Amino acid sequence: MGALNSYRMRLRRKKLRLRAFRKRRELTPVADRTKEIREGDVLAFSTLRNERVRLPYFLQYYRKQGIAQFLIVDNGSDDGSREYLADQPDVSLWHTDRSYRRARYGVDWLNWLQWQHGHDHWTLVVDPDEFFVYPFCDTRPIRGLTDWLDACSIRSFSAMLLDMYPKGPIDAERYCEGQDPFEIASWFDSGNYLISRNPDYLNLWIQGGPRARVFFPEDPMQAPSLNKIPLVRWHRDYVYVQSTHMLLPRGLNQVYDDAGGEKTSGALLHAKFLDTLAGKAAEELQRKEHFAGSREYRAYHDHLSDRPVLWNKWSERYINWRQLEILGLMSKGNWA
Amino acid sequence: MSVGFVMLVHTALDRAAQTARHWAQSGCPIVIHADRKVKPAAFAAFRASLSELDNVRFVDNRVPCEWGTWGIVGATIEACEIMLREFATVSHVYLASGSCLPLRPVPEMKAYLNSRPRTDFIESVTIEDVAWSNGGFDSERFSLRFPFSFKRHRRLFDKYVELQRSVGFRRKLPEGLVPHLGSQWWCLTRETLSAILKDSRREEYDRFFKRVWIPDESYFQSLVRLHSRRVESRSLTLSKFDFQGKPHVFYDDHLQLLRRSDCFVARKIWPRAGRLYDNFLSNDPTVTKNAEPNPGKIDRLFAQAVDRRMRGRPGLYMQSRFPLQSRDNGKSCCPYSVFSGFADLFENFETWLNKTTGCRVHGHLYGPERAEFAGGEKIYNGCLPDSARLRDYNPCAFLTNLTWSTRGERQCFMYGPMDNQYPAGFMTGDPNAQISVITGAWAIGLFRTNITSEVVRKEAARLQRIEAQQVETLRAQWAKARIRIWTLSEFVETPMDHLQEILDEIMPGATRRLTEAPRLVDLTGFGMFLQQLKNEGMHLHMAGDFAAGFDPAPLAPGQTRPYLVK
Repeated sequence: MGALNSYRMRLRRKKLRLRAFRKRRELTPVADRTKEIREGDVLAFSTLRNERVRLPYFLQYYRKQGIAQFLIVDNGSDDGSREYLADQPDVSLWHTDRSYRRARYGVDWLNWLQWQHGHDHWTLVVDPDEFFVYPFCDTRPIRGLTDWLDACSIRSFSAMLLDMYPKGPIDAERYCEGQDPFEIASWFDSGNYLISRNPDYLNLWIQGGPRARVFFPEDPMQAPSLNKIPLVRWHRDYVYVQSTHMLLPRGLNQVYDDAGGEKTSGALLHAKFLDTLAGKAAEELQRKEHFAGSREYRAYHDHLSDRPVLWNKWSERYINWRQLEILGLMSKGNWA
Repeated sequence: MSVGFVMLVHTALDRAAQTARHWAQSGCPIVIHADRKVKPAAFAAFRASLSELDNVRFVDNRVPCEWGTWGIVGATIEACEIMLREFATVSHVYLASGSCLPLRPVPEMKAYLNSRPRTDFIESVTIEDVAWSNGGFDSERFSLRFPFSFKRHRRLFDKYVELQRSVGFRRKLPEGLVPHLGSQWWCLTRETLSAILKDSRREEYDRFFKRVWIPDESYFQSLVRLHSRRVESRSLTLSKFDFQGKPHVFYDDHLQLLRRSDCFVARKIWPRAGRLYDNFLSNDPTVTKNAEPNPGKIDRLFAQAVDRRMRGRPGLYMQSRFPLQSRDNGKSCCPYSVFSGFADLFENFETWLNKTTGCRVHGHLYGPERAEFAGGEKIYNGCLPDSARLRDYNPCAFLTNLTWSTRGERQCFMYGPMDNQYPAGFMTGDPNAQISVITGAWAIGLFRTNITSEVVRKEAARLQRIEAQQVETLRAQWAKARIRIWTLSEFVETPMDHLQEILDEIMPGATRRLTEAPRLVDLTGFGMFLQQLKNEGMHLHMAGDFAAGFDPAPLAPGQTRPYLVK
């Protein structure tokens, strides 16, 4: 049974690779700077649509961490994102107008780009509203982490999605270009996450947080997954299966210790709950290009008219990674 | 008199060159061996970058230095021979690597060694005394053969070790040699080092150690015992290993920690830790205190890191710690108490318990409507919502989340057969749980409605079945919680004694006797009620035996039996 199961997974992985290979035709290069990638560079991959206002801070944040190049797929932006990104010296940009949903929410496109350009590099796959935090990120560049992971023969690194929200209604304060989004959305839930183990892919399935609490209290099963494995020492044989929640081969999903110890892990601060959400939700609801019939955006849309407040008196205000580590949301593991 | 450095280099050549230059310019001769795996071009550039220094030599015959093999020792010996031959003034030889960084000015180190001219600083412990290594290879390092590469042919390596173990193979030690282990990084006197290298039996020793596992941690460490007059068994190099036997790495943020350690040399430094290199490659004496090396703080830091990786924080479930049922070292993070039936038997039991113990007392956390948090809160520590749906989606996570978020404060809550029974098994197996059950007490609720209709009988039968199941779980062989079970009739005989027993456990050391008793609900006629149910065909056996005329006296602390806790 074990061997059969492994073989099934192998076929599944091959299928996903083939899919990525087919989808390569949908991508048109706009600015290809991949020749400038050097050995050992850490690369960031992202798919986006109409995120112009977020981009300056996004790039600035990751440049500071030491990302050498951004490889971005622009899915039909019409707000100037494409022009802005094409002008950046460290961005390679591809363009497509094809269906986001049928590229399995962008995963196929990125699987292809990672296959082409990510092999033998550490690759970080993040959305423009996700900000990677890892132990010692205030004093050590990302190369410090990846060098250490290499020395430990660790191939993948977990960073749970942490939904951040403002104190008042989501749309109370306007997010301005270049601004740190966590000046507005600086609060998070510290201890209401539900974890179970996915027996097929061996990853942990994490739900909970403000989204489960406010938008899905009656149907927790539908609450969005928060487990993410965004940082991987990429090999061209690897594929992401669903968003960055899980990978194949399955060994990459074992980012947790099951004997009581703590492996090193980080967090992705999620700056989704800003005033930009309302517009996004309305648009995505029309396009129906998101996961499960955009049910998540439907839930936001239904609630947004009541101007929901995610904040409560037990919310924690974000300070730094050490706070997250003390609260048990991430761990230093044996990295000291 | 001076100290000479033997440096083994394999990566980050620029940093190695920087360190070598610092030492050379401070008047210390250096012999460098670069791993054969370093590309000729890179080696040539490295060599050229140090070419203007007249006290730097290179080993021309470069050998591959694979971890765990003889190559490292061979390279060290070769470099040491050059050192002794070419630099007659060197009185101490210090073995360092390319990722070492001097933490104190060279003159301080020279002075330290000059005042101990006959001392060899080398960690060297017998394998009988100390479990040195990770993974159990202590004596077997010497008694087995290791022809296969650990890194490249791991499976062969393991299989061959197993085979040798199973047939009882043992190598013979050279006569008179006592195996010792210790850190690879040492500082030996010229006399000791030449005695080791010029030993007439060296060929025999070399032949033996070529087949030993990780000889760089045992060759000099064992031979020094044959030749040295004074061994100080510690390394002057600060080098810590984690649980996998891999060295811990130092980064910029360790600057203050390293400075205060007063060690002479640290390893291993991250090549991009520019701030460390900028700060420590100086001979400025004002920054150090000329003290004895004291790596205690760093030891603790790394010990904590290893502990976190191996044991983690008990009771924490998160993205990188998710212990399997059987392998955890604590299901929840701190003690909590579960009371079943008490809120039915006593009036305002929750308020009373809170006042008496000072613990946080919740209602029925697993109640069918909602999680009844203390004070009627709708959301609790850690943003835990009171939604029954969310809670029942993962009932055990609800409990572990609650105990984790409120760690430091004992949580108490009510429980009963009408609540979600799913977490009962979890709590039973949790050593942190204190579970007290009065079986059949839920019948008081039915009794107070004073109806014995068909509906009530059905409900009673259902609850009784659930409770019987619960009691069976609690009495399981594998139970680890502190569990007390009374029937209602048993409990009401001496309620204060039983309560006192529970409270003593919650508040150990508090000798205070109960001054205020909780008020027992009025049970007049309860015996009749049970009898009536029985007459109608429903035997409520979980409550125990009540006489039909049962009529308990009201409760007061003074009426309890003498009860002494000293």
